Amino acid sequence: MAELLHVTNLETQFATESGLVKAVDGVSYHLDEQEIIGLVGESGCGKSVSQLSVLQLINAPGKIVGGEIMFEGRNLLEFGRHSPEMRSIRGAKIAMIFQEPMTSLNPVLTIGRQLTEMLELHMDMSRSVAKDWAIELLKTVGIPSAENRIDDYPHHFSGGMRQRVMIAMGLSCNPKILIADEPTTALDVTTQAQLLELMKEMVEKFNASLIIVTHNMGVVARYAQRIYIMYAGRIVESGTTKEIFRNPLHPYTIGLLKCIPRLDEEAGRKLVPIEGLPPNLINMPSTCAFLPRCSYKTEKCLHQSWPSLTHVGDQHYVGCHLDLGE
Amino acid sequence: MDHQMNDNILDVKDLKMYFPVTRGLLRKKIADVKAVDGVNFKLKRGETLGLVGESGCGKTTIGRCILRLYQPTAGQIFFDGEDILSCSEEKIRETRRKIAIIFQDPYSSLDPRQSAGSIVGEPLKIHNMVTSNSEYMDKVEKIFRIVGLDPSMKDRFPHQFSGGQRQRIGVARAQACEPSLIICDEPISALDVSIQAQVINLLEELQEGLEGLSYLFIAHDLSVVKHISNRVAVMYLGRIVEITDSQTLYKEPKHPYTKALLSAIPIADPFVEEGRERIILKGEVPSPLNPPSGCSFHPRCFMAIPECSRDVPPLRSIGDGHEVACIRV
Repeated sequence: MAELLHVTNLETQFATESGLVKAVDGVSYHLDEQEIIGLVGESGCGKSVSQLSVLQLINAPGKIVGGEIMFEGRNLLEFGRHSPEMRSIRGAKIAMIFQEPMTSLNPVLTIGRQLTEMLELHMDMSRSVAKDWAIELLKTVGIPSAENRIDDYPHHFSGGMRQRVMIAMGLSCNPKILIADEPTTALDVTTQAQLLELMKEMVEKFNASLIIVTHNMGVVARYAQRIYIMYAGRIVESGTTKEIFRNPLHPYTIGLLKCIPRLDEEAGRKLVPIEGLPPNLINMPSTCAFLPRCSYKTEKCLHQSWPSLTHVGDQHYVGCHLDLGE
Repeated sequence: MDHQMNDNILDVKDLKMYFPVTRGLLRKKIADVKAVDGVNFKLKRGETLGLVGESGCGKTTIGRCILRLYQPTAGQIFFDGEDILSCSEEKIRETRRKIAIIFQDPYSSLDPRQSAGSIVGEPLKIHNMVTSNSEYMDKVEKIFRIVGLDPSMKDRFPHQFSGGQRQRIGVARAQACEPSLIICDEPISALDVSIQAQVINLLEELQEGLEGLSYLFIAHDLSVVKHISNRVAVMYLGRIVEITDSQTLYKEPKHPYTKALLSAIPIADPFVEEGRERIILKGEVPSPLNPPSGCSFHPRCFMAIPECSRDVPPLRSIGDGHEVACIRV
């Protein structure tokens, strides 16, 4: 499959009063056409910021300080935030679904208006054509009696329904890439399953690619073809989903898999927690950020700087000094 | 009360909790939200019972009824053989020493202006568990150690702790009076993945260390509930639809809602996921203000037949402590 998006050494920093936060610290990844990838990490690891950076939705004091984002043969970072180029891409060719369906819709505009606004802007549709198209979209994402509901306001919709509207909005301009940032975290379990399934169907139908940003290893195991594991602003391991689960090599990935309860586990299995806390990203030491929590650490780790990703086979990359192979 | 002396620490019988919906200046009652509508279960000493269901199914309400933070509309709750719904205020105060609760949100459930030590130690004072100041100090320090907190941190305030540490304070407070039942209301859902296991293990260790400590573990995440519980009750719209031991629940779920709930949770293993059947439910949980007739799950059910909308199916035993409320089973 042809490559759609290639991010190289992306760096996004926040200059806060207490110091410089390197939220995204040299992140590289790529996305192929019609592919679903997962970006996994805990809160504060920079997974959302890395995605917002792609769309240049970073507000002060945040700043993208380096890297390259190649999309359709152009480096998006060469365009300004408010440039017409970025505007024609943001929401149209690369769309994003946010975590909070409760707060990401405008409460004073009808659902229909919020959908048609995008269509008029990006697709040059007239108001009436846009409205018909919006109704079609709402039907596609499973909103019952869409003709009547198009004039409703967001507060008339339940959380799951709002997220369906967000998915419709994300897909409205036939995007090449859909970024779903913790799309189902705030929702009920059965609704989560409905929406993830819907998103998968939709990206297949629209021939788009999907980036799922999540902390849930189960979700990526079910939907993603490849995954990137992030910790403290960097990618620590990446590879095909099967390879990562069959042969996890970074201590953090290994820890993540051991610390979550699984439905199919035998009774009496003990969870192995990752001790300690995720690091504060202000003024990080140059050694590996996972070092204080790592149960495999050696003398070598204490003295060498944070290792970069090394190729360990096929599409599998890992950033660790140790060789933790089987 | 002597006839109740058995190994059940908790026995909930036909519990109902209706919240009135009022309208207008005179607050005229127009309807009831049947948050809990006829729930029966027993909890043995030393056992963990998981209560699982989606938001609005009434699982938290049950927990609050047991603490008598709500006065239930009908039903009985026997704690240690005593009906706690009909006894006096004074008696309730005494019972509350033996029933503790851990709340979901470790950020809002700790008083920001109280030091960690005083949060943990307050129940000891309220229930006159200590006689001298030095005994109080010793006890607080001991509890801090039990939950894995450094006793030197007892003068710090909640904002100086991380989420996981705060939840340890929550656990410490619940554990302070050596209760025989702890109601854990979504104790880990606000925590980061890598921290959740720390708190789950802490709860398990506490139970191993204290003879006869029981948990009522309320959560929406079935994989966590299954991990920590001996038995699991699945709730839907105010009623228990299935109850059995946790391994049977995963291996042989009977109720269609349980099956759907299980299949909705992805297992962190792509090889297992490949072969799993996926049941995607239609629609959303209906409003408890106006629940569907008969079995309240029937509009979403993939096994429903016309009879399902007629009567509410009772919870009936299908052997080995496995109970299901479905006419299709």
